[in-house]
Amino acid sequence: MKKRIFPWKDLLAIKRLHEEDITLILDTAESFKEISRRPIKKVPTLRGQTIINLFYEPSTRTRSSFEIAAKRLSADTINISASTSSAVKGETLLDTVKNLQAMAPDIIVIRHGCVGAPHLIAGQVDARVVNAGDGANEHPSQALLDLLTIREHKKVFAGLRVAIIGDIAHSRVARSNMHALTILGAEVRVCSPPTMLPLNMNGFPGVKVCASPEEAIEGVDVIMMLRIQLERQDHTLFPSINEYARRYGLNRSRVSLASNDVIIMHPGPMNRGVEITSEVADGKHSVILDQVENGVAVRMAILYLLGDKSE
Amino acid sequence: MKDSKLILDERGMAMVLSRMAYEILERNAAHEDLVLVGIRTRGVFLAQRLQALLNQIDQLDVPLGILDITLYRDDLSHGTHHPVLQKTEISFSLDDKIVILVDDVLYTGRTVRSAMDGLMDFGRPQAIQLLVLVDRGHRELPIMPDYVGKHVPSSPDHQVRVRMREEDNHDSVTVSYAARRQVD
Repeated sequence: MKKRIFPWKDLLAIKRLHEEDITLILDTAESFKEISRRPIKKVPTLRGQTIINLFYEPSTRTRSSFEIAAKRLSADTINISASTSSAVKGETLLDTVKNLQAMAPDIIVIRHGCVGAPHLIAGQVDARVVNAGDGANEHPSQALLDLLTIREHKKVFAGLRVAIIGDIAHSRVARSNMHALTILGAEVRVCSPPTMLPLNMNGFPGVKVCASPEEAIEGVDVIMMLRIQLERQDHTLFPSINEYARRYGLNRSRVSLASNDVIIMHPGPMNRGVEITSEVADGKHSVILDQVENGVAVRMAILYLLGDKSE
Repeated sequence: MKDSKLILDERGMAMVLSRMAYEILERNAAHEDLVLVGIRTRGVFLAQRLQALLNQIDQLDVPLGILDITLYRDDLSHGTHHPVLQKTEISFSLDDKIVILVDDVLYTGRTVRSAMDGLMDFGRPQAIQLLVLVDRGHRELPIMPDYVGKHVPSSPDHQVRVRMREEDNHDSVTVSYAARRQVD
């Protein structure tokens, strides 16, 4: 008997995937893109399946993107956010999930502030689990949509030079992307204020830490800017927003150091004038809106591949 | 492979396609409404050849679409493996068009049922007509072809194989005895 084409029960982390898993997801997503341009943007593929979006942290983009993806596949969706759930009454995550399990969902998409929360749940339920962000650990679907966007512009990953700049330590997007790009054979450079660098970069062999954004950007094919999470860090990690913008923000003169056909990415939401100037964000190298469009296709691909219920 | 019987060779396939191209023109007065949609994989090659034939015969430029039926299969929620998804490429509206739906082998009819569901998501065609290279019988759904290249009476134990040079280096249709029942 044949095996499922995607061999994993859950999608919890990029770190565990192999190159062929990532390629399968990207190829599938590419085929799904066309559906969003049809007059009737819906296919019957996951008819009868129930998908629960369980979000313990705020999200517009990721949650709505997962929801649209599920709906375009004809799955039934339920959205639960922490503020409207029994979590405010003191129910533990595991109890919440066990109760949800009793409703027999097929897929649970979860975002949680604690690292490993999706892994914990995946071990407890029959439903497939998708990590939509766990603390500062991983955000697999964001990395996959970034990869799809890169592949559309650059075709191959081997030898591609990618700079990731910003708050690496707090960024699950950066972690998932560092793993993914390394798996695919790209050359990854990171740059951030020393206070925003993960304590242990040894977990990312092959990733080069650069002292300045200029050094990181020199000759690269892709620049990924990260959001400064103003709400999470008050003023302890860098002296002022202005200083951050001056020393690490992406502006026209820094872009000019990269290769001529560099693409510029940002996972959103952007702090315009802080990590990226409006001129660059809206400029010809920017592929930021492509990323959003690819988000739906990538999430359709994830749900399609995990929605395979054969043994 | 034992007991493999040749049903169509390269010349036979060319003649059959040519005949069906004329049948399409004969049957449909409004040539400007015609569009071809091939079902992946070999239906696409057949549709491409018909497109060229229609151009040769009557200088028609018939638009060609490619349909992957995977997302419309009726067995996905019944424990069948989700296959690798390939691209559907229909870049034009099907509203009021006469769609010639093209596939290589007509068997249970389930592929065609899926394909028709897919087509309906691209508009409301004036008509859908079904063209197949081989009709081997054993329908499980009430579906009937409009154009048939070759009727091949077969038992469910037989395997009908279409090979086309775009994918298989040469053109042929063969029937052989298969130990296991063919899926579609």
